[in-house]
Amino acid sequence: MNVTVKMWRQKDAASKGHFETCEVKDISPDMSLLEMLDVMNETRMKRGEEPIAFDHDCREGICGTCSLVIDGVPHGRDHGTTTCQLHMRLFKDGATITVEPFRSAAFPIVRDCVIDRGALDRLIQAGGYVSVNTGAAPDAAVTPVPKDEADRAFDAAACIGCGACVAACPNASAMLFTSAKVGHLASLPQGRVEADRRVLSMVKQMDKEGFGNCTNVRACEAACPKNISTRNIAQMNRHYLKATLLHAEKVYGAND
Amino acid sequence: MTLDSKIPSGPIEEKWTRYQRELKLVNPANKRKFTVIVVGTGLAGGSAAATLAELGYNVKSFCVQDSPRRAHSIAAQGGINAAKNYRNDGDSVYRLFYDTMKGGDFRAREANVYRLAENSNRIIDQCVAQGVPFGREYGGQLDNRSFGGAQVSRTFYARGQTGQQLLLGAYQAMMRQVAAGRIEMHPRCEMLDLVVIDGKARGIVVRNLVTGALETHAADAVCLCTGGYGNVYYLSTNAQSSNVTAAFRAYKRGALFANPCYTQIHPTCIPRHGDLQSKLTLMSESLRNDGRIWVPRKKGDARAPQDIPESERYYYLEEKYPSFGNLVPRDVASRNAKQVCDAGMGVGDTKLAVYLDFADAIRRMGVSGVSAKYGNLFQMYEKITGEDPYRQPMRIFPAIHYTMGGLWVDYNLMSTIPGCFVLGEANFSDHGANRLGASALMQGLSDGYFVIPYTLGGYFASTALPKVSTDASEFRACVQQADEKIGKLLSVKGHRTVREFHRALGNIMWENVGMARSKASLEKALAEIPALRDEFWHDVNVLGDAQSFNQNLESAGRVADFLEFAEVLALDALHREESCGGHFREESQTPEGEAKRDDEKFCYVGAWEYRGDGVKPELSKEPLAFENVHLATRSYK
Repeated sequence: MNVTVKMWRQKDAASKGHFETCEVKDISPDMSLLEMLDVMNETRMKRGEEPIAFDHDCREGICGTCSLVIDGVPHGRDHGTTTCQLHMRLFKDGATITVEPFRSAAFPIVRDCVIDRGALDRLIQAGGYVSVNTGAAPDAAVTPVPKDEADRAFDAAACIGCGACVAACPNASAMLFTSAKVGHLASLPQGRVEADRRVLSMVKQMDKEGFGNCTNVRACEAACPKNISTRNIAQMNRHYLKATLLHAEKVYGAND
Repeated sequence: MTLDSKIPSGPIEEKWTRYQRELKLVNPANKRKFTVIVVGTGLAGGSAAATLAELGYNVKSFCVQDSPRRAHSIAAQGGINAAKNYRNDGDSVYRLFYDTMKGGDFRAREANVYRLAENSNRIIDQCVAQGVPFGREYGGQLDNRSFGGAQVSRTFYARGQTGQQLLLGAYQAMMRQVAAGRIEMHPRCEMLDLVVIDGKARGIVVRNLVTGALETHAADAVCLCTGGYGNVYYLSTNAQSSNVTAAFRAYKRGALFANPCYTQIHPTCIPRHGDLQSKLTLMSESLRNDGRIWVPRKKGDARAPQDIPESERYYYLEEKYPSFGNLVPRDVASRNAKQVCDAGMGVGDTKLAVYLDFADAIRRMGVSGVSAKYGNLFQMYEKITGEDPYRQPMRIFPAIHYTMGGLWVDYNLMSTIPGCFVLGEANFSDHGANRLGASALMQGLSDGYFVIPYTLGGYFASTALPKVSTDASEFRACVQQADEKIGKLLSVKGHRTVREFHRALGNIMWENVGMARSKASLEKALAEIPALRDEFWHDVNVLGDAQSFNQNLESAGRVADFLEFAEVLALDALHREESCGGHFREESQTPEGEAKRDDEKFCYVGAWEYRGDGVKPELSKEPLAFENVHLATRSYK
């Protein structure tokens, strides 16, 4: 099959970007979208043109490196799928495919469709962990965890940190990402000890990074390649409210 | 070179405990005076960086990805072994040790493997405390599954995403230390050289992949946790950025490379579809717990699988290996798949595939039961192939997956360069000639959480380490060499792309140094690799410049290293005239076609030393002594 790719080019965060159009010929419907872009770049290089940069790594839908907004949708139209698992059989022969970076003020562009998602690492640094040093753990069987709680924790922990939720949100909110980590750890006895402190600190960091607020559009949930539920956001809101009432000093300082 | 493994004396059960007690310690107040560089942020690097920072060392962590959470450990699916014996099915530290030794075809060091088995239990404790959501039973206890090469259920799992959850545990522990100011994180940085001063590893040169600048970092020790070299085969289950560069450049600075011919071919991968494919996708071998592997008995049978009656199906693993059946180790399963396909019984368009059938499991457990256990793997298969594995059997074929070889290390995980430690898949130490399923995660975390924190302290406490500055001439020389190499890559301006060369190299390796190797095929590879390398340096076209983000230049540097490293791998395979584990020499097999070891001649670790470009590397041997396990012929019948 043949397709036309309209892809975003931008030298760096400070420069202005533009779309560039490339024809990609004789590709197999069994290829992934990224393999089609590989072919596109190979063709460009054969002509002496620089390849267009995009992020990718594991190509099996788990590392969270690939991003891309495809025909207006983060990770493309196939539900519950990352860009690297999007296959060309889902596109029509002769289609024009528009490829852009995830856009958000908190994700500056590095080059073309490659973005800097360091803000998500800083959110985890704000409290997305259990404070336990290596060696301090009791035997794993000491604390039973009800299966449904463990399953709930896993469902939230399945987040791959790709940032599609931010790209899909009209407010560029990171609430789905943040609430998934808060929800994962709050579902487990090991994570409950510092749950209040965690939610306060992570929400504060979210504001600091320039992510917007949640207005219940739920575009994040629709775009999430791992089907993380917005129920996590609702739970985090309740949890945040409770924690604010109980521990305001931990967020705002004793005198606020 | 004489290789001193520094294995402590005493009975195997006491070696590690006693050694920990005897190791010198660094006083807590002095720890902050030491800086440690950790390259790579997978399970080994992530756990090492977090734990060393918790102890009080200054840690500088580097990764090529945009975030440490993306290292390829994240893609491990099936699980992690531990000798907890929560199932009461007869497991013990000794049994895990023995299974690992046997699985590795008696080509690993006893003392290292025993320590690994001992540490396995603490890893599970640590991960549960970090909030890793392992699979549980209704009573709230941790669940286990079976894995290849073992007759007990000792594998802990988090659905089909165990690697992801364990890595996020280590990553979160790291982020806690970044917030505490104890880890300085450098994402999107690629190590290009190891700086050796007065015979000791004292720093690294990295290329900042965003700005293109070459940066230098000094330290008191360097830990390489940079993974395996499977991508030398071009198509593998590794991530696109997985590479040998850091390890290979350390090799060029004097670290010996051990057993590079021990490569693992994973039996349950999705078959290839075309020439422009960029990677192969693995599905956890836990699928072999409930899936049955078969091919049609009749050669070239074109019927749909559901139309082939039971009597005309060849369940070759169940027939040949009745006691392990579909759960034989990976090398045995892979080689048998190749044999039935070579015999013309393969299925699918390419005839290079076998069936993995869940019809019996669905009858036994129902669709919901199968889906609860393997749902995400089934979904992944359907996404890639467009076929529904609930309705028709999966088609699978082996693919390069893991590399047991790596930089040679002693019991302290230190390479032949003092101060250069190597952890996880990047070292050679624990899996012998074949790794058992669910043991890679165990080794990465054992090295990072529970070995290096002790042995690194021992090194610091017993070594004089005068301050070094990045202004030292050794740093300047390394930067200059790295810069020249980049300049050379950009100046060729030939006609072929980096990917074309990588693909060509992969073909040479898969055809001649793949699942079955012979003297003739290896000699062919050893003639073709240097010729291809020569073409590369005359005809590669690397676009863009060195002073900016340039993915083409990044991969050019990695492929250039693979083109040199491939020769060391083939050389090692040629010299090892025996079959063992993942290394199958056609000349060395039993009449039934099983691998035949030669313990008389090859019961050693083969480690290669760089002697200069264009010069044959020199082989050193570390003899393997077996005091606790009997050197048996491996049988899974």
